[in-house]
Amino acid sequence: MSFIRRQRYLVDYILSSMLRRKGKNFGLMLVYSLIVFMLASVMLFTHALKQEMGLLLQASPEIILQRMVAGRHDFIPETYLEKMGRIRGVTERKGRLWGYLYDPSVKANYTLMVAEDQALDATEVIIGSAIARARGIVPGDYITFRSFDGESYSFQIKSLLDHETEIVSADLVLLNRKAYRALFGVGEGVYTDIVLSVSNAREVPKIAEKLVQRLPDTRPILKQEVLRTYDAIFSWRQGILFVLLAGAIMAFVIFAWDKASGLSAEEKREIGILKSIGWETSDVLHMKFWEGAVVSLLSFFIGYLFAYLHVFYASASLFEPVLKGWAVLYPQFQLIPSVDGLQVATLFFFTVFPYVVATIIPIWQVAITDPDAVMR
Amino acid sequence: MLLNPAIMALILVSAVVVLMLGMATVFAVQVLRHWDISSGSEQQLILERRTYLISTLMSWAFAAELVSLLLFIYNAESMSGQFVGAMCATGVLNVNAWGWPTLFMKITLFFTGAVWLTLNALDNQGYDYPLIRLKYLLLILIMPVVMLEAYLQLQYFLQLSPDVITSCCGSLFSANAEGVAAEVTAVSPAIAMWGFYVSGVAVIAMGVIYLLKNQGATLFSLLAIVAFGLALVAIISVISPYIYEHPQHHCPFCILKSGHGFAGYLLYIPLFLATAAALAVGVVGPWQHIESLSMAVKVRGQQLVRLSLGMFILFYLLSVAYVASSNLVMQGVWW
Repeated sequence: MSFIRRQRYLVDYILSSMLRRKGKNFGLMLVYSLIVFMLASVMLFTHALKQEMGLLLQASPEIILQRMVAGRHDFIPETYLEKMGRIRGVTERKGRLWGYLYDPSVKANYTLMVAEDQALDATEVIIGSAIARARGIVPGDYITFRSFDGESYSFQIKSLLDHETEIVSADLVLLNRKAYRALFGVGEGVYTDIVLSVSNAREVPKIAEKLVQRLPDTRPILKQEVLRTYDAIFSWRQGILFVLLAGAIMAFVIFAWDKASGLSAEEKREIGILKSIGWETSDVLHMKFWEGAVVSLLSFFIGYLFAYLHVFYASASLFEPVLKGWAVLYPQFQLIPSVDGLQVATLFFFTVFPYVVATIIPIWQVAITDPDAVMR
Repeated sequence: MLLNPAIMALILVSAVVVLMLGMATVFAVQVLRHWDISSGSEQQLILERRTYLISTLMSWAFAAELVSLLLFIYNAESMSGQFVGAMCATGVLNVNAWGWPTLFMKITLFFTGAVWLTLNALDNQGYDYPLIRLKYLLLILIMPVVMLEAYLQLQYFLQLSPDVITSCCGSLFSANAEGVAAEVTAVSPAIAMWGFYVSGVAVIAMGVIYLLKNQGATLFSLLAIVAFGLALVAIISVISPYIYEHPQHHCPFCILKSGHGFAGYLLYIPLFLATAAALAVGVVGPWQHIESLSMAVKVRGQQLVRLSLGMFILFYLLSVAYVASSNLVMQGVWW
């Protein structure tokens, strides 16, 4: 109990002492919070993006099978579905038809995909919201695509795709199979790729192995691999930004060192008086430890709070281009707020730890000063 | 290497800790050569003042090591999505040969740090610093350990290539495999549980004896080390299957996941704290005969043994509770 009481008095003392020197402490905390803010923004943003990707891919098929011709992705014949045979563990398999279409009027590529389950007429399409934004069109309007042979086809927009899926559906156009074949000149009997659903995730690698054996000219793409790649890419982008921000952290460390060692005459006298009335060196060290703790925790929370607001309410406007990448038809989306323990711990090591290390020696130098030397 | 913030943080921490200990070691050498408490020379005064700096440096260094141990495991856990075949920390630690040694070195450093800090705190209570040479000699011996840990960790992270297909807990902690992990897994549950309970009773009994009579500190520490080892064996062999409610799943890391209610943290944190405190008792105990320390030894020893006993009892109660409340019934198979 006496230990806790002692610490309480020390905190009490240091708080009043810090309030007496608002200017200096405010400056330090401003810089400190800013560093935390920048790093935390990067972390929160990438973490949220990763999570978003994970959620989106959850519904995607476990295996995508593409046919390769001369090392390039090519159309896959319908007959492959039979050639593949029944594979134990596969719950569903179907061919997909999709492709890219360049639209010169907005200088962007659309992704066109046949949607069998949407019951579309040959002259109807459903489009992603980014396309609607870029072209300034609403449901009911017409959109014209130029086909492979120079013909123009007009489609009526039946509806827009759900706003919530915009991160993947920004540039998507859903259309009828007949319209697809007419636009791209793709004959009957072929698909762009084949997707397979597997209910037990552990069977996926074995099924992929069987597929490659039975259909040697194909390449299976696994959902697990896609997820892994996204995970690695986002971690890596985050890492790159951290390396770039390392300079800022170094500057902050030097700043903290300087602040801690450059005590004003008044502060020195204060410590001298404390020591002359019976404080020991270890008491001064304790007091200074609490000062560091108060400054660090406050700055950490302030910085983190602002980073949270920045990322989840202001769409991380400062780091967006680096972390998200960019495109003409860029999706607009709101991230789901999430905080992860590992991220907070890492951030703590990047900010509080350097601060602590930088101030140990200056604090010690202050703590060992002789009372008579400073009061003279 | 993967440029991941958590990895960068871990490397940064070990580099800074090596630096801090380097400074402390340089000073330790000076103390060993020039320390003379009876002298009033300027140099002695400077040395005495520096001891404060070293104490602070070491406290922070070991605190950072402790957090980095947690971060290391947590990070391994979270990276399991990035490696083919990895489903938990086991798989990530298995990616190359450096993973497990790094973890063991981090655990060693945690206990070493606890011991050194206790010794340091005890020594500072005596007006004449009776243990100063011993503790700085120890410090010099710890330095290579810290450097080795930093080196192992760096190698581990540098050689972490994502295209390696790793094997995870299913194959490592399987009774039919080879190696230490498999041996531990294959320990018969009955033997593991006997060892677990007997060592538990022994260590608690010895702790109570020390609490009442103030003797037997070293024996208590030794028993605690044995109990620690046997507790880990029991966790792998018996307790974790009960937590997973699956007789073949022996992984000591999957229990750290949220799917199992973070049971691992509830078990490991009391166990590690109890063992660290028990080691500290063993370090404090033998200095009763030094006049300037005898009071401090008594007070601190009692505090530490209470902490250790409390944590051991908590750990054993939790373990028993996990086994008792599990839906897995192994009557007739194991017992």
